[in-house]
Amino acid sequence: MSIDKRLIRKDSLEKLFDILKQNNKTIYAPASKNGKISFKEAESYSGISTGYIQTAQSSKEVAFPRTELILDYSKNKDGISVKGIDLNNFPEIILWGVRPCDAMGIGELSSIFDWDNKDEIYNNRLSHVTVFGFSCSKSDEYCFCTSVGGDPGNTEGSDILFTRLGEDGDYLAEILTDKGSAVLSIAPGLFEKAGEIKKEQYLAGVPVRFKREIVRERLDQFFESEQWVEQSLKCLGCGACAYVCPTCACFDIQDEAHGKTGSRVRCWDSCGFSQFTIHTSGHNPRNVQSQRWSQRIMHKFSYMPERLSVYGCTGCGRCSRACPADMNILDQLISIQEAAI
Amino acid sequence: MDELRKLAKELLETSAVNIVIGYEEGTAGKTRAVFVEKPEDTDRLLFDSRCIQNLAAYVTKREVKDKGRMAIAATLPVMRSIIQLASEFQVSDDSLHVLGLTPESRLVEFKSLTDVEKFVHQYQIEIDANYKGKLENLNKLTPSERWKFWIDELTPCFKCYACRAACPMCYCSRCTVDFNQPQWIPVPSHELGNFEWHFMRAVHLTGRCIDCDACYNACPLAIPLNLLTKKMIEDVKANFGGYQPLLKGEHLMSTYKPDDKENFIQ
Repeated sequence: MSIDKRLIRKDSLEKLFDILKQNNKTIYAPASKNGKISFKEAESYSGISTGYIQTAQSSKEVAFPRTELILDYSKNKDGISVKGIDLNNFPEIILWGVRPCDAMGIGELSSIFDWDNKDEIYNNRLSHVTVFGFSCSKSDEYCFCTSVGGDPGNTEGSDILFTRLGEDGDYLAEILTDKGSAVLSIAPGLFEKAGEIKKEQYLAGVPVRFKREIVRERLDQFFESEQWVEQSLKCLGCGACAYVCPTCACFDIQDEAHGKTGSRVRCWDSCGFSQFTIHTSGHNPRNVQSQRWSQRIMHKFSYMPERLSVYGCTGCGRCSRACPADMNILDQLISIQEAAI
Repeated sequence: MDELRKLAKELLETSAVNIVIGYEEGTAGKTRAVFVEKPEDTDRLLFDSRCIQNLAAYVTKREVKDKGRMAIAATLPVMRSIIQLASEFQVSDDSLHVLGLTPESRLVEFKSLTDVEKFVHQYQIEIDANYKGKLENLNKLTPSERWKFWIDELTPCFKCYACRAACPMCYCSRCTVDFNQPQWIPVPSHELGNFEWHFMRAVHLTGRCIDCDACYNACPLAIPLNLLTKKMIEDVKANFGGYQPLLKGEHLMSTYKPDDKENFIQ
């Protein structure tokens, strides 16, 4: 099926925003705080940040919040009563302004949440999300989508992909899914028929820096490599890389008790933390930071392709931008590709 | 810079140290930590005004300590941190050799931590005027306005603990926030959990924080956490006359005196 390509006039995006709001959609869009851009519920079109290369945080929170209530419990004389959460009450969300690398990350994240048991909460949330991807006209030295199967105009994961036709131009809207078509049917007047438009000329140029297949192959012989030690000496062992990553899915289950009542919550966790793998015996199979750093790379570039047939990295470069110690993942992947084994 | 490289090279060649911790060129015009173990790699070392990461966070890191005797290229905040760490028995003359980089960009090779202490004490810990203004503005708010300010600032925190990891004084192998039996601080990131975490951290740093801003610089969301520690520095100054890291001395938050005006502990 050929993609339904439409043209949206530059002044019509605001109208689309307003119409979606009138239709009771919750819109999450990039907004700036303290100079960092994150996805937040947008009240007005004017509050949406534009011109960013990448948001500081990924958009994964719409389906995988940092803290997710799973159940409430209370103890009484008859035992314990448990109240699960209402799976049918998640809001209809428009995720506005997602870069193609983040949109592609949704599939990679889903592969983990759907690995064996399909995660009900995650899938329910995601089923209510419509992704508005926005192609990239700019990139920086942290970006490497083209090395991991993406590109600045990649349609994968978006329901509609918007590409701005020049700096102050109109937008090409590629309607990619049924969810995308549903948006079009809410505001048909704003989506004009587009002629033949070649979007490539408007996209950022992101050079290919390595081949993920080669990195994967090399990792098979890399588990005991001294390079992990060398690479990770400067790693401080925080979770910034994992928490900004669009595909990191690790979580911890915590009970928050208040006397006889309490809640069970799922919250983000990170393989970079020293206690991530500690056993109740006190033994820690990943006892030093090099083993934790190796896990991060191996998981994304070896274990995930082996078990789930997808890679766990979309080349968004966020982990490198967020790292307080400048652990640059791109440099490290290149050095794995080039290392003598 | 050449002087630093030359000295680092000598130290490694003569096996006076096993590893030199310094700065090298990083990504996007930033500098980053480098750990030099071979004399021929000392030309990676550099020093200029971009070198703001507090390298003292590495001298308590197990993987770095395991390398053996360390030399560290230390700016004034790094030297202050080292003295504080020494007073808490985390480093000693046996483990660490300090290559001081003075605020005037001079290189000083210190013979001992006692000499580092003397050098450090020439400079007072002084909150800069811009931050003083911010603290004064916060003081002018009503308690409920101030509460709202902190809820707004701290709620976005997703508890990656980059602040803790980047802080030289946060060297505990198991932090209070990592305990869940019993749970002292809520582990999840939510309004209350974030609030308790950041205030607990600020109190643990009271009288120990040397005002290097590493926590703020590390935060991927640029949350102004250092306003909390700076406020504690100002409060300590007002109530106890300020402090300097001391090799041998009393620790503000763990010292009890019979003539303390508070009597709750008696």
